[in-house]
Amino acid sequence: MSIENILNSASVKWMESEEGQDIVISSRIRLARNLMDLPFPLRLDQKAGHECLQRVKAVCQEEMPAVLNEVEFSGFDQLNILDRRILAEKHLISPDHAESNSSFGAVLLNKDGSLSTMVNEEDHLRIQCLLPGLQLAAGYELAQHMDDFLESKLEYAFDERYGYLTSCPTNVGTGLRASVMLHLPAMQMTGQTSQILQNIGQLGMTVRGLYGEGTEATGNFFQMSNQTTMGQTEEEICNHLQAVTEQIVEQERVLRERMKIELKYQLEDKVGRALGILNHARIINSTEALTLLSDVRLGIDLGILSGIQPYALNQLIVSIRPAHLQKDVAQEMDALQRDIKRAEIIQEQIKGIK
Amino acid sequence: MYCEECKQKPAAVHLTQVYNGNIIQSHLCEECAAKKGGFIFDPGNKFSIPNLLSSIFGNSYGIDPNPMTEIKTCPGCGMNFNDIRKTGKLGCNQCYQIFAKEMEPTLRRIHGNSQHIGKIPSRGGEKVLLRKQLDNLKTRLQEAVNSEEYEKAAEIRDNIKEMESKLA
Ligand SMILES: [Zn+2]
Ligand SMILES: [Zn+2]
Repeated sequence: MSIENILNSASVKWMESEEGQDIVISSRIRLARNLMDLPFPLRLDQKAGHECLQRVKAVCQEEMPAVLNEVEFSGFDQLNILDRRILAEKHLISPDHAESNSSFGAVLLNKDGSLSTMVNEEDHLRIQCLLPGLQLAAGYELAQHMDDFLESKLEYAFDERYGYLTSCPTNVGTGLRASVMLHLPAMQMTGQTSQILQNIGQLGMTVRGLYGEGTEATGNFFQMSNQTTMGQTEEEICNHLQAVTEQIVEQERVLRERMKIELKYQLEDKVGRALGILNHARIINSTEALTLLSDVRLGIDLGILSGIQPYALNQLIVSIRPAHLQKDVAQEMDALQRDIKRAEIIQEQIKGIK
Repeated sequence: MYCEECKQKPAAVHLTQVYNGNIIQSHLCEECAAKKGGFIFDPGNKFSIPNLLSSIFGNSYGIDPNPMTEIKTCPGCGMNFNDIRKTGKLGCNQCYQIFAKEMEPTLRRIHGNSQHIGKIPSRGGEKVLLRKQLDNLKTRLQEAVNSEEYEKAAEIRDNIKEMESKLA
């Protein structure tokens, strides 16, 4: 069964190593959809909520196109809170969806975790496609296949003028939120992020930290996505984000190359210290770990360090989050116990790095 | 028009509610509307309400040149526009029709426009197309009747029937 594999696996699709993934870690396409004749999830009573859940469940029992790679339905009655938090830490569902105690929540996951559809989050359906590296067009195509399949069986709330109708007016129209996860250490170190992020805002993009915090992103990870969902076609939205992303990647690369030459010793010092702390710390919290792993990642990208693949670093970042630690130990832990366990896992995973 | 409840003060609030498909309209003064409950209104201070509202929905209260305040409730989910402003969320797809006028400035503020030009679902899209053609035929039917071309009108009527059965 897919869901068990995904819960137990260290890896899902987006963590895989992809050419050029050093700066763009992953790409995500999200389509918000609602069913025609039911209130949106916020206004669903028990009866209508179950009606919605049953309809989606029934669709999942029908024959699906092979390209979807075996999407399976998992109701929240089969997933405990720890399982749901694990899915959230793997970016397959939102933290809000994980924490919601809705008896009509569910998730549709395929075999490799490239497609995950949240059921009864803010909208009835949130189709997501997550791929490694910069792959917005491929992600949109796969999300489209899922959308087309669902749409052939379910009647969507669609309006000629407003497009796909969503609970929040910020998603109406295409219902499309395309985003990329970026690792921008050079930009951050040279103090250019705030300037660049300001320009991004003027280009119709929104930037947040890795786990949704403000622009003070932990570990130099940023999520950039389109701000508006109406008045542009899906292709335009994806192409626009792609173009802005490519410019940022270019900027980051130029800065990295310059730092490698102009700040050789400072850079090697920073990377070396990060590796040293990670190798020898016995207690480490989440923020410190992410910050130091970001430095190590930069060291690997620039050839200062070697001995670990990018996918292993992606997996490591996820495996040291609280729910993953708890599942690993199979018992509840307090903050100190978690920080100790985190240090152990990191040391085990980075011992090959030189 | 005077308030239906007290019949003394001018009606300032026009409540449109739908119960079991019947539209019920009530015309009340501000005090009586407030007494009816489910609806927060402070006639003494027009600026107290915007404070409650989510920032993405504009404050039409303070700047509305029209003192008549229409309170509609969505038949699909029971929300009124105040609920929508407070939560920042619509309750169902019908809200988009019921509150189209109120949502217009919000959509423009968020997206810069309010016209979808992207993907159309093949199913829903078919209906959108049929509905467009149907409207077109109805106009032509009226024209044919007006110009007393009854044979043509009968033909169009058959087309309309066929199309309506497809839509049902
Ligand atoms: Zn009265
Ligand atoms: Zn509604």
